[in-house]
Amino acid sequence: MAHAGTVDLMDAEPEDAQRLATEARDRVRFEEDALALSDQVYRVARYLASSREDADELMQETYARAFRSWRSFTPGTNMRAWLLRILNNLNIDRGRRQQRAPQMQPLEANDYYLYDRLAEDGDGVSDEDKVVERLSQDDIVTALSAVPHDFRDVLVLVDLGDFSYADAAQILDIPVGTVMSRLHRGRRILKRELAESALEEAT
Amino acid sequence: MMDPCAHCEEMMQPYLDHVLTDQEKVEAEAHLAECVDCQRRYKFEESLRIYVRKAVTEEMPAELRQKLAALRIPLE
Repeated sequence: MAHAGTVDLMDAEPEDAQRLATEARDRVRFEEDALALSDQVYRVARYLASSREDADELMQETYARAFRSWRSFTPGTNMRAWLLRILNNLNIDRGRRQQRAPQMQPLEANDYYLYDRLAEDGDGVSDEDKVVERLSQDDIVTALSAVPHDFRDVLVLVDLGDFSYADAAQILDIPVGTVMSRLHRGRRILKRELAESALEEAT
Repeated sequence: MMDPCAHCEEMMQPYLDHVLTDQEKVEAEAHLAECVDCQRRYKFEESLRIYVRKAVTEEMPAELRQKLAALRIPLE
């Protein structure tokens, strides 16, 4: 009987080692998966942040936090959404998020406004791809930056990040209905801005 | 009765996001089939989305990629 304790210990040790090895393996896999998603996360982060520098810092803080708290990720769920939720929270916590100008929301045009304006100017050009090409890359980047943050966040998650309404709602911690209305308005504001810059160039 | 083109405009975003019900989708497509103007506007919206996405997509800087990899917690 004196042996019993010793035997138990000897049995327990390899089990512990096994558990640690499994955990290490899971952690390495988690880190690799998270790093493999970094390009996609960055594309969205770039526009949730106010600048390239902010996006750079936010990415690092997000990954540092993700690597520390990897256990709170539920395997099999959407890791990209999980990472962006961390990123969005850090962005808000650090007060880095640009203050939106409350009374400065641009007037919205209807959904067809941009097309109608561009087509009007286009000497009867009716090829939709050609009409789109009347917008320069600068026009588009400037127009997106001019969309107020609350609307832009949703626009960026859904239209650049390909997130579902439900995922966007979870990342931003707002109801799905709010995602839908902000997306709708955000797209209209973007088109309004695009129409303005395209028309400025034409005159 | 609502102007069919105005109704079609309302359906455009949800249509392109694939969130219309089957019934709404059938209605939208029925109008699109007979209205060249709305067809053009839908096509424009589709290419605009693709175009915007291309225009604003920035690749992650290589140094940032290295910095992120360096944040991994070393195995003991």
